[in-house]
Amino acid sequence: MSVAGGQVAGEVVTGEAPAEEEASRAPLKRRDNRAWWLVLPVVLSVAFTAVIPLMTVVNFSVQDVFSPVDRVFVGLEWFQSISRDPEVRAALVRTLLFSAQVLLLEIPLGVALAVVMPRRGAWVSVALVLVALPLLIPWNVVGTIWQIFARGDIGLGGWTINNVLGINFNYTLDPADAWITVLVMDVWHWTPLVALLAYAGLRSIPEPYFQAAQIDAASAWATFRHIQLPRLRGVLTIAILLRFMDSFMIYTEPFVVTGGGPGNATSFLSILLSKIAVGQFDVGPAAAFSLLYFLIVQVFCYVFFTVLTRSGR
Amino acid sequence: MARVNGRRLPWARTVFWLYVATLMLPLLWMFGMSIRPNEDILGSFSLVPQRVTFDNYATFFTDSAWYSSYLNSIVYTSLNAVLSLIVALPAAYAFSRFRFAGDKHLFFWLLTNRMAPPAVFLLPFFQIYQSVGLFDTHLGVAIAHMLFNVPLAVWILEGFMSGIPREIDETAAIDGYSLPRFFVRIFLPMIRSAIGVTLFFCFMFSWVELLIARTITSVNAKPIAATMTRTVSAAGVDWGLLATAGVLTIVPGAVVIWFVRNYIAKGFALGRV
Repeated sequence: MSVAGGQVAGEVVTGEAPAEEEASRAPLKRRDNRAWWLVLPVVLSVAFTAVIPLMTVVNFSVQDVFSPVDRVFVGLEWFQSISRDPEVRAALVRTLLFSAQVLLLEIPLGVALAVVMPRRGAWVSVALVLVALPLLIPWNVVGTIWQIFARGDIGLGGWTINNVLGINFNYTLDPADAWITVLVMDVWHWTPLVALLAYAGLRSIPEPYFQAAQIDAASAWATFRHIQLPRLRGVLTIAILLRFMDSFMIYTEPFVVTGGGPGNATSFLSILLSKIAVGQFDVGPAAAFSLLYFLIVQVFCYVFFTVLTRSGR
Repeated sequence: MARVNGRRLPWARTVFWLYVATLMLPLLWMFGMSIRPNEDILGSFSLVPQRVTFDNYATFFTDSAWYSSYLNSIVYTSLNAVLSLIVALPAAYAFSRFRFAGDKHLFFWLLTNRMAPPAVFLLPFFQIYQSVGLFDTHLGVAIAHMLFNVPLAVWILEGFMSGIPREIDETAAIDGYSLPRFFVRIFLPMIRSAIGVTLFFCFMFSWVELLIARTITSVNAKPIAATMTRTVSAAGVDWGLLATAGVLTIVPGAVVIWFVRNYIAKGFALGRV
């Protein structure tokens, strides 16, 4: 976690060969450890907002806190009980399932949207702003919008399903309906992100590629499959991983719409965690839960970073 | 000129605007809720408001609990955007121009903070911000949101800065510019659009966040999102007022997005498209 801070002064450049080898990879970047002065403000600010809080969490996770003065060291007990807790495991499975569905729906839909999006003319700006609009709505308001829209009595969506399609739909009572509502809400909320990324990727494809395709009389599908899609690999990597991370830590939107219910139907990891931490104020288990949760995210994050730095640039 | 950027499918335009219409539907519906009286909302279902009223908006702008929390959100969000930018600028320059001990580790470490679930930090934030006197202050929320905005700002800025050839730095150095003078006089004007995009993204992510902001505030810096829970009372939900607050929270985002519309996509890709 805080590895970077410790290495500052200690690391010495050793030998000519590896330095030269690195230099040939990035010929224009100068090696200068004084650059650390430039990153110092970032390190300090993140130390205050992330490292210190995280250390506190570690501290909590190995103790049983009865009161500020009365606490007992319990070792890894909380970690064991949390990792065996059926409710936590169910929430983990639920969250993974949700993230998988989000990716399966949003990535193809976002790419499709980017392909049909206008690329020139007066309407481009309007189109961009309208598509991006859901991304700028506070997350609880996204929840509110769908809380209203999906209701059978006052919402257009819920009302249509119940009265026009004749299907009984109630997200406050039926677990499946609640799940669908949260999923549709997420698709509505975040597909624009995928679309914008893919759109930026499409715009960066040089014109001669398309002229060549035209000369070869390639079909629209062939053009997409062999020219556009391969060129989208970089941005789609970012899109997939950003969407995975953010859906994996989703909290506010389902909290507003369903509150994690009905029953536990939409109780994702973050919702369960904040229930334990703030609702029940079980400090020890919540801290252990936080760390395990953080660890899982770190692993995925590492994959993200590796893939991104390998395919990008 | 023939068709630009590939052949356009004949129905592309239709499909796209149909999607946009679908996208707008829930938003328009909420707007519709906000301009009808509550009796009409709960009374009979109708597509178009039978009676139009702006009472809910009047309530919002006359009740200090509403408009002051709206201002709170704008204040801490703006503060956060500026602070994040100032902290991130030199670091992004360092990452884009120099290699230094532990630079790759540091970069990865920053990324992990952008990806950390806010729920993880709930417990300590409450205690730490209370103990250092930042609890329930605008500055407190602004600093707390730097958790995810500083890494994001560094990433976006680094992406844009790396697109500017390093020869410019060297030429300026030969011309006798010191690093700080070069940075302010020459470099910053060159990355104007990146600064705009960064401010926009910091503003946006701070504006949409609720969990942390709610946890470390009580009255003085309470965000609008937290005030919206007030609409639930013993008498039920005040749907009209809730929808009004919802509509108004979309306004700041819609305004700032217009200014950076040509760069948003690149910003979302962390400056790497």
